Amino acid sequence: MEKLSFKLNAPTSAGGTRALAIVGVVASGNLEVLLERTSPANVCTIDIATAAHGFGAVWEAVVRDFVARRAAGGLRISINDGGARPDTVALRLAQGVRLIEEREA
Amino acid sequence: MTAATANRSSLSWYEASARQRLEALVDAGSFNEFIGPELREMSPHLSIFDLPEQFDDGIVIGRGRLDGQPVLVAAQEGRFMGGAFGEVHGAKLTGLLRAARRLKQDVLILFDTGGVRLQEANAGELAIAEIMRAVIEARRPGVRVIGLIGGRAGCYGGGSLIAGTCSTLIVSEQGRISVSGPEVIETNKGIEEFDSRDRAFVWRTMGGKHRYLLGGADIFVDDEASAFRHAAIQALKSKGRCDLGLLEAEQQRLERRLQRFGEASDAVGIWQAIGVDNSEEIPGLPTREFLRRAADKREHAHDAR
Amino acid sequence: MSDWGMQKAALNERLAAGRRLAAGKVVPIPKLPEFLKAVLRTGDRVCLEGDNQKQADILASALADLEPADVSDLHMVQSGVVLPAHLDVFEKGIARRLDFSYSGPQSARIARMLFGRRIELGAVHTYLELFARYFIDLTPNVALIAAVSADKDGNLYTGPNTEDTPTVVEATSYKNGLVVAQVTEIVDKVPRVDIPGDLVHFVVEAGKPFYVEPLFTRDPAAITETQILTAMLAIKGIYAPYGVRRLNHGIGFNTAAIELLLPTYGERLGLKGKICTHFALNPHPTLIPAIESGWVEQVHCFGSEVGMEDYVAARPDIFFTGPDGSLRSNRAFCQTAGLYACDMFIGSTLQIDLEGHSSTVTTNRIAGFGGAPNMGSDPRGRRHPSEPWLKAGAEAAPETAAALRRGRKLVVQIGETFGDRNVPLFVERLDALELARELNLDLAPVMVYSDDVTHIVTEEGIANLLLCRNKDEREQAIRGVAGYTDIGRARDPKMLEQLRQRGVITRPEDLGIDPLDADRRLLAARSIKDLMLASGALYRPPSRFRNW
Repeated sequence: MEKLSFKLNAPTSAGGTRALAIVGVVASGNLEVLLERTSPANVCTIDIATAAHGFGAVWEAVVRDFVARRAAGGLRISINDGGARPDTVALRLAQGVRLIEEREA
Repeated sequence: MTAATANRSSLSWYEASARQRLEALVDAGSFNEFIGPELREMSPHLSIFDLPEQFDDGIVIGRGRLDGQPVLVAAQEGRFMGGAFGEVHGAKLTGLLRAARRLKQDVLILFDTGGVRLQEANAGELAIAEIMRAVIEARRPGVRVIGLIGGRAGCYGGGSLIAGTCSTLIVSEQGRISVSGPEVIETNKGIEEFDSRDRAFVWRTMGGKHRYLLGGADIFVDDEASAFRHAAIQALKSKGRCDLGLLEAEQQRLERRLQRFGEASDAVGIWQAIGVDNSEEIPGLPTREFLRRAADKREHAHDAR
Repeated sequence: MSDWGMQKAALNERLAAGRRLAAGKVVPIPKLPEFLKAVLRTGDRVCLEGDNQKQADILASALADLEPADVSDLHMVQSGVVLPAHLDVFEKGIARRLDFSYSGPQSARIARMLFGRRIELGAVHTYLELFARYFIDLTPNVALIAAVSADKDGNLYTGPNTEDTPTVVEATSYKNGLVVAQVTEIVDKVPRVDIPGDLVHFVVEAGKPFYVEPLFTRDPAAITETQILTAMLAIKGIYAPYGVRRLNHGIGFNTAAIELLLPTYGERLGLKGKICTHFALNPHPTLIPAIESGWVEQVHCFGSEVGMEDYVAARPDIFFTGPDGSLRSNRAFCQTAGLYACDMFIGSTLQIDLEGHSSTVTTNRIAGFGGAPNMGSDPRGRRHPSEPWLKAGAEAAPETAAALRRGRKLVVQIGETFGDRNVPLFVERLDALELARELNLDLAPVMVYSDDVTHIVTEEGIANLLLCRNKDEREQAIRGVAGYTDIGRARDPKMLEQLRQRGVITRPEDLGIDPLDADRRLLAARSIKDLMLASGALYRPPSRFRNW
């Protein structure tokens, strides 16, 4: 497994009050994304364990776009990746933010 | 003509993830997870094989309420390693069942498993044995252990053995219950005996409708989360019993079943034998008609669970 | 003595030789090998059906069982290279030269054999193009065809999988060629006469149905959220604004998603009756919900699809059916319909380069062309106008005077930026160029050329190439929808912003689409079983698709 780590400035903080959210499943072409509200408000850290080696540049591009477009501040994001495509990764990250921003029941 | 609209309220059990099933099953907002993903209790073995891990090791456990009643729940994620049992995965379920006995709370197990992980074979097999023991030890003082089967991986191998110890089994048409899988049977017994690519045949042999007709499953439902929930609520109304008499009755049930149907080469023959009209139509029937035809013909558990 | 009857004399000789082994027109199976030796001649041009779907498999095996000493040097002309036997004849030295269209199932082996010089390649064609040559310079001497049943006079019923047969028989029989048909059974009276007995010389009763594969069935359970997103983009960003009513869908999961989104997403957008009313299309099971909810007026089919026979027969207002009630398909006419009577082709591919050329060829697989280049091309011979055609033409050539400005057929390539096994869709250089070099081909096998393609749709958005004014804009427009591939990441962001302002690039948010809305619950059917239920249990899915 290849391990990658990113710590980025995130201009917008994730809304809501949930402490954590999880989306996705670790399967071929899929990934799970765990979001924990444990980072400073304008920081997003993303730790990735991936079965597919050598795609660091692509992960970086996806992750930077995510942090620029979505409310990712304050989040520690941990990913277990089963070889998902970049668009699936972007989708899960967005789904994760939406879930953690959901109003608690 | 059928109207086609976006299905917002319905949730296919078959398609849903373990977490989605749990959310739909228990009373809204009542679910509390034990040993959640943030605790990162993952498999200690998969990294040796350079395989990806999942934070919950493929099983979600916790407690919730079912129609107001407190229950313990476990849901396997069939898409992670085929829902197969490993050391941590198994230990979570063992622990839950031991808690069930201590707390005298009923358990719902949402099966979706191909059996034991090859990579954790010894730990997995041990876990199966421990879980079966834990089920019986919970059931002895009257706890109900209810199995729900309808996912993509089915309920195979050690999972099916555990299912065999449950007090009630709820199954959908898509669900399959068997110890050996189709490919294994074909490899060992030959394609004439079992053609694993003949999926209609696979479902006739192992699928939910057959299991229900044969008395191997107790409640048959649509592939719908709300149907599983409704059935689970019904299942909790029956009394839980687990004593020597029950086990002896189960032994007799199985012996009689083998005696009566052991020679049949296809399930259709068994359905005919128990008196189902036009039994070749069974696989194609919608749920309501299937239940109607099965009603007074299907084999029952006869207090053997 | 006149030389003008030589072909007829040759035919009569074959007929005489064949009749010695037949009872009337019927050749018994045990006599088949001897029969083929008797009627074939070394160097013959043979059309072996070889269609996209159905295969004259008994005749193919019998041919492959011959020895080069019996007959050799055959020139095979056939649509599809599908069965192993189709290549065995080359391996054994019975056949030498090949002209064909599609080789999907044999793509790896045919590539090996072409590289190994075991096959002399005439050319790879589109279906319609090959049919056209059957009438000019590739006329078969012998046609080995597949039908469902025959009567003793040789009248044939080809049924739902009629496909290429009328075209093959027309070219062969009327030009002094020999026609031999394999049928499942010989009956007293065929349900309908698809091929008149006058054109058929011999019939072989196979005793079992011809081989046919379910090529056009896509399991809705396998459709991903990304594919649904591309489908939403296509519907809202292309189908709706151009008002596409007459079209062809290339087979694939993206188009299957579009078909399943019509009754839901399409309905929500108020598009019923405005798009997708007339199709040149095989009977895709995924079209069932749209048909059932009243979207579709008419479908003409290239062939059939396994399991759909009863459904089609129950919908004669939609499909073409005979007096017997079953589907009548016809590949030649459907390809022609797709070329001239449709305003859009939309399909998937494996590689797209920076000019917009696309190809399905990779370095070790040659799948041929099938019908896509034909459907995915702009027919310059078209004269009748339609709204989408004129609108596209205006976008392509805004400076030209309207009265002299031909329209353009919409040719859309749709897919995810990364394909199977995370291989990028967008490449600097097509593998097809490498293949052309290796095999000494005049042309690289390109499926859709850059001057035909009008739009590219990926999960990142839509590139409208009609609006590009030069090569640079075109390249950046392609990079602009190439996502996180190397091609995509090397984009010029400033230029892209300009292109977006002009509507050359459209992003999901420009259409009011949030990628998070691309949910499987939007599909009108989410499983094969749902399709079966939507058809009122008329659709009988093949066993491999069942989970009940």
